[in-house]
Amino acid sequence: MKSATPKPDRSLVASTHDIVKLERRLFLRQGLSLGALTMLTGCDVTDADAVQKVLWSMSRWNDRVQAAIFDQNKLAPVYPESAITKPFPFNAFYSEAEAPRVEAATYKLELGGLIRDKMPWTLDKLYSLPQSSQITRHICVEGWSAIGKWSGATFRTFLERIGADLGAKYVGFKCADDYYSSIDMATALHPQTLLAFKFADQILPAAYGFPMKLRIPTKLGFKNPKHIAAIFVTNDYPGGYWEDQGYNWFSGS
Amino acid sequence: MADQAGAAAAANGRISVHPLMVRITHWTNVIAMSAMIFSGWRIYNASPLFDFKFPRDLTLGGWLGGALQWHFAAMWLLAFNGLAYLLYGFFAGHFKSSFLPLAPTAVWNEFKNALRGRISHQIGVYNAVQRAAYVGVICVVIALILSGLAIWKPVQFQEIAALLGGYEGARLVHFAAMTLVALFILVHVMMVALVPRTFLPMLTGRAKQSSRGQGG
Repeated sequence: MKSATPKPDRSLVASTHDIVKLERRLFLRQGLSLGALTMLTGCDVTDADAVQKVLWSMSRWNDRVQAAIFDQNKLAPVYPESAITKPFPFNAFYSEAEAPRVEAATYKLELGGLIRDKMPWTLDKLYSLPQSSQITRHICVEGWSAIGKWSGATFRTFLERIGADLGAKYVGFKCADDYYSSIDMATALHPQTLLAFKFADQILPAAYGFPMKLRIPTKLGFKNPKHIAAIFVTNDYPGGYWEDQGYNWFSGS
Repeated sequence: MADQAGAAAAANGRISVHPLMVRITHWTNVIAMSAMIFSGWRIYNASPLFDFKFPRDLTLGGWLGGALQWHFAAMWLLAFNGLAYLLYGFFAGHFKSSFLPLAPTAVWNEFKNALRGRISHQIGVYNAVQRAAYVGVICVVIALILSGLAIWKPVQFQEIAALLGGYEGARLVHFAAMTLVALFILVHVMMVALVPRTFLPMLTGRAKQSSRGQGG
């Protein structure tokens, strides 16, 4: 999952990222990387680009299918405390030591886009929202999963409080680790979508996304941004860090 | 094995062994299933369930994101092609005429004979082992698709996931079903290699009356 994370050395960040990009470039050039497959023999760069276009449009089609399948009243399964995975894995596009250190005292959550009251929020104000907890399964795009406990404010409550346009299409996130992502409004309003300030009953450590992570048990891990610095509401597709490289945008569970 | 009364004889001495619909869905399935398995291996490598990875050169997609794109594009081809095949099989009588009767004792006897090198060939008719294998692999592919749905949407389709032991259980079922399909394909292709004259009829639909054998 690449659900956002902490950050130590920028150099490492860059290298992991570059490797992924390089993989994609190689993919384009060598076509498919299935040496033995005769399906598309002799394909040159042009053919590979055409294949890429088809795959990307299928991914956009799958976004629409998933939006149609998504049921706002269907809750993700919840688990007992005994089911919690320990230790809970760290995951990001950089190493755990690189997780950003956000200063609590000076932190302010920036708001933008189709929001009535764009006043930045301090941590104290965020902590004063009604809080709840959930123990749910985090599923990584890589396939592994882990169960954790998150506590915070229902995202819907927050969106209503700031006067967000709940009829808009997207909610976007910019994070302190330069990660960015976006989700559909239907998922933003799902009752289990949580603006989480705590993990395992403790204030989120840097590794798990201090000062806050958007916990979405109905989406894959990389759609759960950490270290959120700004939230905006928009009708223009905002994309995302991994989404722009090829991960499916909706990535619902 | 000389009884060919059941096969429809054609004027030019050739008989029809594979209906057009079966041939179309078969070769479409070859493409879809190849894309699913080879991209699935790349996805598996991102977080292996067991202590091994698939050789990179045998995977499709280049990286996890590319493999997922292939997997979630090819799944539509696999599903709709499979659905067309099932509908044809049930409603055009193909399953009834080709796969029935399917008696366990006949399968067992045929299997024992096959191990002794005596495979019954009757042009245009599947022997008991073949019937069992084809019906079996259809069921396995259905399990493969259901477990895939549970992994893809463990919340929206949580009822299916629950049947398979939850998200992690569905991953194991998906892997096991893939393994069975891969083994089927291996044996199937080996049989065709052993009895090469069965290959062309899968393209043309017709076989010479004198030629015998169903291969894989």
